[in-house]
Amino acid sequence: MTMKLTITRRVALGLAAGAMTFALAGPATAEVSFAGKTIEWIIPFSAGGGSDTWARFNAPLLSKYLPGNPTVVVVNESGGGSTKGTNLFAARAKPDGLMILGTSGSTQFPYLLGDPRVRYEYKDWRIAMAGPTGGVVYTTPKLGLKGPEDIAMLKDKELVYASQGATSLDLVPLLGFRLMDFKVQHVFGFKGRGDGRLAFERGEVNIDYQTSSAYLKNVQPLVDAGEAVPLFSWGVLDEAGNVVRDPTFPDLPSFVEAYEMLTGVAPSSPEYAAYFAFFTAGFPAQKMVFLPKGTSDEIVAAYQKAFEDMKADPDYQANAEAVLGTYGQVTGALAQALFEKGTTIAPEVRAQVADMLSSEYGVKLGE
Amino acid sequence: MIDTLLSALGTLLSFQHLFYMLIGVSVGLLVGVIPGLGGIAGLSLLIPFLYGMNEISALAMLIGLVAVIPTSDTFASVLMGIPGSSASQATVLDGFPLARKGQAARALSAAFISSMAGGIFGAIILTGFVVIARPLILSFGSAELFMLALFGLSMVAVLAGRSLAKGLAACCIGLVIGSIGGAPATGEFRMIFGFDYLYDGIPLVIVGLGFFAVPEIADLLRRNSAIASGNALGSGWFQGLRDWWANVWLSMRCSGFGCIIGSIPGLGGSVVDWIAYGHAVQTVKKDPHFGQGDIRGVIAPESSNNAMQGGALLPTMLFGIPGSGSMAVFLGGMVLLGIQPGPSMVGADLDITYSVIWSLALANVMGAGICLALAIPISKLTQVPFQRLAPFMIVLICFAAFQATRSLADLVALLALGVLGVLMKRFGWPRPALLIGYVLAPQAETYLYQALQFYGWDFVFRPGVIVIALMTLASIWFGLRNRVDEHGHVVPNADDAPDVPSFKAHLPQIGFAAAMAVLLVVALTDALKHGFLAQVFPLSVSLVGLTMLVILIPQLARGKTGHHSHFDAELTGEHVGQEGVGNLWGGLVWIAGLVALTALIGFYAAMLVFFPIFLTVRAKAGPVMTGLMTAGVAGAILLLAWALALNFPSGVLQDAVDLPWPFR
Repeated sequence: MTMKLTITRRVALGLAAGAMTFALAGPATAEVSFAGKTIEWIIPFSAGGGSDTWARFNAPLLSKYLPGNPTVVVVNESGGGSTKGTNLFAARAKPDGLMILGTSGSTQFPYLLGDPRVRYEYKDWRIAMAGPTGGVVYTTPKLGLKGPEDIAMLKDKELVYASQGATSLDLVPLLGFRLMDFKVQHVFGFKGRGDGRLAFERGEVNIDYQTSSAYLKNVQPLVDAGEAVPLFSWGVLDEAGNVVRDPTFPDLPSFVEAYEMLTGVAPSSPEYAAYFAFFTAGFPAQKMVFLPKGTSDEIVAAYQKAFEDMKADPDYQANAEAVLGTYGQVTGALAQALFEKGTTIAPEVRAQVADMLSSEYGVKLGE
Repeated sequence: MIDTLLSALGTLLSFQHLFYMLIGVSVGLLVGVIPGLGGIAGLSLLIPFLYGMNEISALAMLIGLVAVIPTSDTFASVLMGIPGSSASQATVLDGFPLARKGQAARALSAAFISSMAGGIFGAIILTGFVVIARPLILSFGSAELFMLALFGLSMVAVLAGRSLAKGLAACCIGLVIGSIGGAPATGEFRMIFGFDYLYDGIPLVIVGLGFFAVPEIADLLRRNSAIASGNALGSGWFQGLRDWWANVWLSMRCSGFGCIIGSIPGLGGSVVDWIAYGHAVQTVKKDPHFGQGDIRGVIAPESSNNAMQGGALLPTMLFGIPGSGSMAVFLGGMVLLGIQPGPSMVGADLDITYSVIWSLALANVMGAGICLALAIPISKLTQVPFQRLAPFMIVLICFAAFQATRSLADLVALLALGVLGVLMKRFGWPRPALLIGYVLAPQAETYLYQALQFYGWDFVFRPGVIVIALMTLASIWFGLRNRVDEHGHVVPNADDAPDVPSFKAHLPQIGFAAAMAVLLVVALTDALKHGFLAQVFPLSVSLVGLTMLVILIPQLARGKTGHHSHFDAELTGEHVGQEGVGNLWGGLVWIAGLVALTALIGFYAAMLVFFPIFLTVRAKAGPVMTGLMTAGVAGAILLLAWALALNFPSGVLQDAVDLPWPFR
């Protein structure tokens, strides 16, 4: 009985939403229709991870708002630090809009670093949507800090950070801390940021960062209890490509502001260029959805429109914050800008990062 | 707290929640039965339906699924000797011999009752434990986790077989296999030899299937008989119930282990069943015949693996850190439902936590009940002539294997490890010792490195470390006293192994030991190419392994007849001299055929060719039978692949021509 009711209500909602889209859409996307088709959404990560959850959240909404209401299935092709599934997409996808790819920072980083397993070229693809994310760096009050304004007290402290590896997303804090001239011992081999937070709570490390939603849920209580002190957020990019304060944390300085507090000047060195490239690929442009090389403008437009339209859906609004954090998904010019900034690195900057990783952390990139 | 507990129980027992839980349990049993599919596949099947569902019902459904996978995977472990999932590898050791004795129903029912007891007992422990779990979990740092890995490795002492040198060498080979791929400290890739596949290391499911399932299939296929040798299926499930009741304390202890080890994030559930099994071997006094079909070898791991799932819930819910693979997906499901894990799970949201814990117990009862009802009819499978069953099993293990990374390389790795497994079985190399080494290699290496970084060598003085160290020493002491050989007897001191008194007859086993030495030398030379932090672990492990072989090889070459290191099933096994026994390699050739065909025309098409050929040529089945069986398998695999949205491994043909799914 209950089930029947639920279905009826959902069907009704669906119909209403569908009617609305129809009314709004007009003839613009009339020539693209995926009716009766199945769209494969390649996720180069295993089921249950952050990227998988993100895709499974979006898939039914995409199905609902794409013209012709195709079936959208999430296909997990994990392996090789996400290079396997991405290579597969690069080799196999045809420009018919029936196969799309969801990438993450872990897909961008091997590409930027020149990993020998990468057989894909971002510049070939067309972006449908970008999903930014953010994070907050925090430390322990045992080092004498009361708040973000005391950041200079960290200068000569012995800091320890729990890292997932020098070529993982934790490359961003590694480069960031170096830029700030902190003495940080990076202990590698952690399985995720959650493990790092556990190490912080155990007192094994004294500086850590968490993505925004994990920070709000798990670190804010520690801050309230006086067991953690926030330092700065990584910040977000505005449309001009400048780092500004994260709107989720309006009271915290961004990385750039924190840098200015420490040094008195805005960051501009070549080291900052390196940091900025990986920061963009890891945070503002972390999640991206791509269509393969040669996809027509109409199909790209249909996808962008679907990603825009779903934002008004009650299902999206009810769960978006839990799944996506507090950052909306973007399309159009901003997505294009994030895509370009998050997948571009000057060869000399790459070489400089590779040299530094190899000489100071014993990491060989295997070129 | 009592109020919260009761109100949680009240909402749980409503019809609607029980109904959704039953859906979860049914899906869980289904994916559990199929080797290689575990919680991850099951949860991805259910997640699309989670939208718009009531929170508690959706959780009940998810929990129902996660809880019963270690229950139903026992079918494959007991009936076919295929480790259904990482949680039931140890069950194979005694469960399968029981099935071959014709006691499948007894083994299954004892296993299911143990699973149910383990699940319920786990929930009882968790009810009290959840309130103090946070500080307890936080007290396990990298140093303690390293010691727990050593504790797990101490189980090798009891599973090392007649020759300690051989057992330790096998364990070292496992440790070497486990260290393939990125080094935890520097990310350098070790022993990849230019293969993309090896960057991530060899997946657990491939190692389990290669070392346990493939040798059993090869062995059964050459004998041409049914799995069960007798006609009787045993006295059924009352016998199993009595067996469990007679060992109820063992079952309780093992579920306690399971619950606690599961709740410590970082160790992973895959070693719990081995610790429980090792514990059973160490403590059972009365008439042990482990490895040959001792029912206690089934009760111990099955009691622990269901309790482990309960334990693994704690870090998932309290810290958002998944304690096992399927918990990772459970976490994803929770996020989709809008439940954020965190400290509030023992505060404001305690009712959710309790409803989860009790759903778990309830789901275990449901799952075990359904499985018990199915045990007797399904165990009739063991009476089917094996050549009829074999093509299903070969396709099944290949299907299971390519769930690992969904590529052809999975099948090739399965075949390669299968060859190694067949030889190890032949020469009496203890495969459990190898598997324990493999499972614990990354943990041991990562946590030792982290502990040294955090504390320096002072970490050995931490109280937790000292406690676990004492436990480890006790485990080694009891282990060495109760070491069992491949016949399930406690190792005797006398050198009275059945043997053939001729040096020439010993050449194959000497050759195999030499080949293992070469393997270790390869690992050693590879290790030398890397920086200190990346090389120190594989280097020391391969040196220890080589030392063991330096002891073993002279024993094999010069030891007197019946020396405890001698073993070759081709000389002294019970099949020697019997009529109608085929070649040792027959089964492997068939598997190799399927893999080669897959490389050419892709898995699905290869299966459609392989099946009728096998049935006609090997099983001498008629055309009608062949057609029906092929169609049945083709349909079932297609349905499963469609539901899981998976593409089959492709071959040369697919590179050249664009074919529609499922041939793509």
